[in-house]
Amino acid sequence: MEGMAGQKSSLVWVVNISAFLLVLLWTIPTLGLFVSSFRDRDQISTSGWWQSFSGSEQTGFVRTGTADDQVERDGLYVIEGTALEGTQELTAWGTGARSPAEFAPGDTVEIDPGVNVTVAGDGTYQMTSAQPFEMTRGERIFTTTLSPPSFTIDNYNRVLTAGGLGRAFMNTMTVTIPATVIPILIAAFAAYALAWMQFPGRALLTACVVGLLVVPLQVALIPLLRLHNELGIGKGYLGIWLAHTGFGLPLAVYLLRNYMVGLPREVIESARVDGASEFQIFRRIILPLSFPALASFAIFQFLWVWNDLLVATVFLGNTREQLVMTGLLRELMGSRGGEWEILATSAFISIAVPLLVFFAMQKYLVRGLLAGSVKGG
Amino acid sequence: MELLWLAVSTIVIGVFGCVAWFWGSNWLLDRIYPPRGAKAGDNIRRAGQIRPWLFLGPAILFLSMYLVYPVLDSFWRSLFNSNGSSFVGLDNYIWLMGDAKFRESMVNNMMWLLVVPALSTVFGLIAAQLTDRIKWGNIGKSLIFMPMAISFVGAGVIWKFIYEYRASGETQIGLLNWIVTQFGGEPQIWLTLPVWNNLLLMIVLVWIQTGFAMVILSAALRGIPEETIEAAILDGASPLQVFFKIKVPQIMGTIAVVWTTITIVVLKVFDIVFVMTNGQWGTQVLANLMYDWMFRGTPDYGRGSAIAIVLMILVTPIMVWNIYNARKEVR
Repeated sequence: MEGMAGQKSSLVWVVNISAFLLVLLWTIPTLGLFVSSFRDRDQISTSGWWQSFSGSEQTGFVRTGTADDQVERDGLYVIEGTALEGTQELTAWGTGARSPAEFAPGDTVEIDPGVNVTVAGDGTYQMTSAQPFEMTRGERIFTTTLSPPSFTIDNYNRVLTAGGLGRAFMNTMTVTIPATVIPILIAAFAAYALAWMQFPGRALLTACVVGLLVVPLQVALIPLLRLHNELGIGKGYLGIWLAHTGFGLPLAVYLLRNYMVGLPREVIESARVDGASEFQIFRRIILPLSFPALASFAIFQFLWVWNDLLVATVFLGNTREQLVMTGLLRELMGSRGGEWEILATSAFISIAVPLLVFFAMQKYLVRGLLAGSVKGG
Repeated sequence: MELLWLAVSTIVIGVFGCVAWFWGSNWLLDRIYPPRGAKAGDNIRRAGQIRPWLFLGPAILFLSMYLVYPVLDSFWRSLFNSNGSSFVGLDNYIWLMGDAKFRESMVNNMMWLLVVPALSTVFGLIAAQLTDRIKWGNIGKSLIFMPMAISFVGAGVIWKFIYEYRASGETQIGLLNWIVTQFGGEPQIWLTLPVWNNLLLMIVLVWIQTGFAMVILSAALRGIPEETIEAAILDGASPLQVFFKIKVPQIMGTIAVVWTTITIVVLKVFDIVFVMTNGQWGTQVLANLMYDWMFRGTPDYGRGSAIAIVLMILVTPIMVWNIYNARKEVR
């Protein structure tokens, strides 16, 4: 990038490998969730997701037939049967609980004097003895089998058709869209006034907006909840839209003002000279030119509102019908800690939308970040 | 379906309401002070004085109602007892100083403040430097940046899968314990292990914030004048020297911005602790402590508000610094 003269090729390799490792480290956690959401509960609780590509090992045991099942063949007494169900593949077997995987498939082992056992790869066993068998309980055969890697979309079917996620998804949507659209309009007008209109107190107001950027919204929870109750708004969508609008405004005004200040002065001045009113200038010139900044704020606000837990918990309530997706996830983590497959799938669905928005609109997000931060220093 | 209609109609009403306000008030202003006729000059001047406040009106209303008023109200409320019935002066703050959980939260918040901004900035700088130099850098950047779009709660679920514990001897399904056992260690119940659990929660936030640091720092690194770097290379500086002695000093301002921005996020950290440990096992932080006092059991608004005000005081230096910088830029 910097036109380093004479870069050694070994250095290039080091850079590539380190970058790869770093990216891997940052991607693995999300990948883990993604893979887990396609595994059923037994798989999740018996092996790590990173082992799911190599198939999973299972252990079990069966009892052989008893003396009643023996047949005489070529002078030997034989008990036959199969130790496996279905089409599993045997990787190891044994005859004692202490060493359940002692032998390889096909091995022949003498378990008692004159009594031989062999288990083949397909699971069929054969126990032979020169003397007639007399036992009434079968011998135990321990098996270790390998099932091929398997993934399922059952979790998604289950979660999407029941379990409240659909409802939570709708709730989140209902909260997010108005809470993203409304602040933009209010902020755009304010930002224009701060950037291009002359009036006393302009610098002070701008400073206030910068200051309000960092107010922890925890401070606002109780006073606002009371205010809403007194105004008769109470808990509900209206309250949460208003709250998100209020909390998002400082960033919106700040971002948009910074962007609008940078618009070419000549365009605006000449429009004024031509007799355009401020309102016309705003609508015909400023708004269209500010599209990139509007887009970056919209993404910020969308991600922030979609991902928010605290404001939703406080302003919307916690009953099943009111939960947004983050609230639902939290509940799943608490009450159904054991249902990993539901948790993983719900979590992935809840992060899928922001991830889509992120990858589709990354350009604007980066631009907004740069406008919001670098200029501050 | 009803919900969807509600949302759509809100957007329509909200947007329409805003437009109606801006358009209507402007129209009214032009009616009262028409920019023509005998007193056109006077009227234009007067309308020009009023118009900014029409544009700013809704924003000022929202900002004062949803941010300024709550700060003042919280402060006022923090001087009262649990249900706000009697004035107790600074008792709530004095009580905080002696409360073990509050001290634990303060210590933890300080640890978060030291570790998270530092690690995020360092990793962000490394990631920026590495990805700027390789062909697939943009894909790499996207992937490191990606956690930024994931909610703290989602991140909590993701990392719960990594920290999960199974008894020794069973197959470990948590990646961390699996790695530990592969190296012959004993699996641990990480989230209940004091001090370590704090660090593991911090890692979740570092994972989220590194992308942010990387994006900003990468832009700053590219803005460094080429000549300074070329001169250093001609003078025989090694790549590491170029990085630490030429590049880093030139982006110190940006590093400070990244650092303070992450510091603010850290001070307010709530969701991660809330969903992963809920402040148990020595992981309490201020925001979660406040939530406990305000919404769990019998609410104590006095103490809750006092904690909120402590948070507010902690962010104030950064607020002042930001305002100072912003004003410097305006001049």
